[in-house]
Amino acid sequence: MSTILFGVWPYLAGAVCLVGHVWRWRFDQFGWTSRTSQLMEKRWLAIGSPLFHLGALMVIGGHALGLLVPASATRAVGLSDHAYHLVAVGGGVAAGAVFAAGAVILTIRRFLSRARFRLSNRPADLVMYALLGITAGFGLGGTLVLNAFGQGYDYRPTIAVWFRGLFVLDPRPELMAAAPWPYQVHVLAALALIAWWPFTRLVHVWSVPLGYLIRPPIVYRRPPS
Amino acid sequence: MRVRAQLAMVMNLDKCIGCSTCSVTCKQTWTNRDGVEYVWFNNVETKPGIGYPRSWEDQPHWRGGWRLDRQGRLRLRSGGRWRRLARIFANPDLPTLDDYYEPATYDFDNLLSAPASDQMPVARPLSAVTGRPLRLEWGPNWDDDLGGSALYAAHDPNWAGLSQSVQRSFETTFMFHLPRICEHCLNPACVAACPSGAIYKRQRDGLVLVDQDKCRGWRMCVTACPYKKIYLNRTTAKAEKCTFCFPRVEAGLPTVCATTCVGRLRYIGLVLYDLDRVEPALAVPDDQLVAAQRGLFLDPADPAVAAQALADGLPPDWLQAAQASPIHALAIRHGVALPLHPEYRTLPMVWYIPPLSPVLDATAALGGDNASADDICQAVAGLRIPLAYLANLFTAGDVDLVAGALMRLAAVRSHMRSVTVGRPDPADTAAAGRSAAELEALYRLLAVAKPKDRYVIPAAHREEAAELAQWTSGCPLDRLPLGIAP
Repeated sequence: MSTILFGVWPYLAGAVCLVGHVWRWRFDQFGWTSRTSQLMEKRWLAIGSPLFHLGALMVIGGHALGLLVPASATRAVGLSDHAYHLVAVGGGVAAGAVFAAGAVILTIRRFLSRARFRLSNRPADLVMYALLGITAGFGLGGTLVLNAFGQGYDYRPTIAVWFRGLFVLDPRPELMAAAPWPYQVHVLAALALIAWWPFTRLVHVWSVPLGYLIRPPIVYRRPPS
Repeated sequence: MRVRAQLAMVMNLDKCIGCSTCSVTCKQTWTNRDGVEYVWFNNVETKPGIGYPRSWEDQPHWRGGWRLDRQGRLRLRSGGRWRRLARIFANPDLPTLDDYYEPATYDFDNLLSAPASDQMPVARPLSAVTGRPLRLEWGPNWDDDLGGSALYAAHDPNWAGLSQSVQRSFETTFMFHLPRICEHCLNPACVAACPSGAIYKRQRDGLVLVDQDKCRGWRMCVTACPYKKIYLNRTTAKAEKCTFCFPRVEAGLPTVCATTCVGRLRYIGLVLYDLDRVEPALAVPDDQLVAAQRGLFLDPADPAVAAQALADGLPPDWLQAAQASPIHALAIRHGVALPLHPEYRTLPMVWYIPPLSPVLDATAALGGDNASADDICQAVAGLRIPLAYLANLFTAGDVDLVAGALMRLAAVRSHMRSVTVGRPDPADTAAAGRSAAELEALYRLLAVAKPKDRYVIPAAHREEAAELAQWTSGCPLDRLPLGIAP
C-alpha cells in the first residue's frame, strides 16, 4: 500500500502534471489565464491577494530549502541542528501564517461576493481550492502540533530523503510510510494538487511576465515576409 | 522619413443626436455574449457629463495614459514596468464593475407566468451578473441629456479651471453628445502596459488588437488606457476591445457603428504619418500638442511622400485611398477636426469636429443672425465658457484652436447661404482664411458626401488573405513572430 501511495503516486502525479500541461498549452491557450476576478471586487482582494501570493512564494521557497538541502550541508556550513530547527519552524510558521491569512481573506471574499462569482467559479478551480486547503491545513497544522508545540519531528532524515530520492529515481516509500500521519496526508494532497494543477487557473504561475521588463514598449505585428 | 498608414475616424459632433444606434448595433455585433454584458465598445455620452465608466477622464484617480516626468521623459501615468509587475497581485487602479454599471435584464417571464391577480404583473430588473433582483441606480447612459446634471454633469472633469458660476450657466445653455470608440492610438498605453505582450498594433493599418491566446488576464491595460476603452471579460478574464470591425474594413466595408449611424456623422479613411516624428511629437509641452500631432501626418499628395510610402511597402491602391482620405481632409487640410484629450499623449486616431450648434443657439440668443459669419464669430469669441470646456476636451486647453475650427465651420455655413441666395460675399471667405472653393469642398464633405466619399477604406489584398487570417486566430504553435518596435 505504501509503495503505491508514496512510490507510484508521486510519479503518476508528476506524469499527469507534465502531460496535462503540454495538452493544455497545446490546445487551450485561450483558457490559459490568471482568471482575475478583480473586476468583481477589489477591496478584499487588495489585502488578500498579495498576502496569499507572497505567502505561497515563501512556502515554496521554504520547502525547497528544507527538502532539497540535506542535513549534512547545513552542518557543513556550521549551522547547529538546534539553530536550523528554530529557523525552519519559525520561518515555516511565519510563511504559513502569511499564506493562510491571504487564503482566509480570499475565501471570505469569494463567499461574501458569491453571487457575483456565480459564473466565474469553475468546478475545476473549486476542486483545486479544496486540495490546496487540505494540503496547507495539514502542512501548517502538522508543523504547529508536532514541531512548534510537540516534542518535535525531524523530517530531514526521513521525508526529505524520500523527496530527494524521487528525483534520482530511487524511491524509498518506507521512509514516508514511517512519517506521522498529518505529513502523509499533506504529501498525498500535495501530489493530488500537482496532478490537478494543469487543469486549473494555477497555470498562470508559468506565465510570470518577466519578458515584459525587456521588451520594446509598443508591440507591432506584421505578416511574415 | 518612414511612412506608415493608419486607419482613422472623424466624427462630426454637430450631427450627433445621441440616438445611440451605433452603441446598440455595435453591441449586437460584438458584445452580446456572456461576460461582456457591461461592455460597450462604442458608447455615446452626454457632455457635460461624467460618462462611462464613471468619471473616466479623471486621470489623477484612474492613472490612465502617459505623462512627462520631471526630466521630460514619457512615462505611463500608472508607473514603470517594475511598479506594474509589483502590483500584479492586486492592481489598485482598476475600475470594478460598479464603476461601469451592473448590467441588468428584466424578468419578462413573470409577465407570462404570473398567477391571475388584480394587479398587472411587472417585469422586475434582474442583475445579469448575479441573477437577483436589482435596484437600477446607475447605468452607462444614466446622465443622458443632462439628466440629474447637478449630481453628475457637475462632476465632469473637463470643468477644470472653470469657475462654479460659469459651470451653472453653462449647464443650462450647452449640451452635446460624444460617441466614443477605441482610439487605436499611435502610442497606445494599453499596449505598453501589457505584461504578456498580447496587445499589438497592426503595422499594416495601425489597428490595436488583443491576441486572445496570449492574454493572461494581468489587467494592466484597463488601467493604462486613459479612455477606458479596453475591458475585462468577466467570464474568460481576458481583455477585449473595439476591433475597428477589422473583418469588415479588411473587406473595404465601414465599421458597424459608421454604417448604422443615423446622422451619417462618421468618416473613415487612411492617414499617412511619419514614424520618425512620433517620439518628438510626444515630448512637446501641453500647449503644442495638437500642432505636434497634426504635424505627424504627411500629405499623401506630396510626390516625395508618395514615393517614400511606396518604398516603405504601401500598396499603390492604399496610397490612392490615402490621397482620397476624408480624414486627412477634415483634420489637416480643412483643420476642423481635433483629437480627444491630446494631453493623454497616446496620439488618438479618432478625431472630432467640435459642435457648432450650441454656438449657433447662443448667437440667436444674443440677438445675432446665426447664418452670418460675423455674428457667429463674434459669439464664438464672446462665448468663453463653452470654448474653454471644449478646449479641455479637444485641445488640452487651447481655446484659440477650438475657436478656429468653429469659425471655419461658421464660414462654411454663411458662405453657402450667401451662394444659395445669390449674394456671395468675399468677406465670408476672407474671414475664414479659406478660398470659396475650399469652403465649398468642406461643405460637400460635411453635408452631402456619399458613402464612397465618407468611407475611403482600401480592402486588404486577397493574396494576403491567409496571412491576415493568422493574425487573429489559428494554431498557437504557428503563432506569428512578434515584431520589434520599428
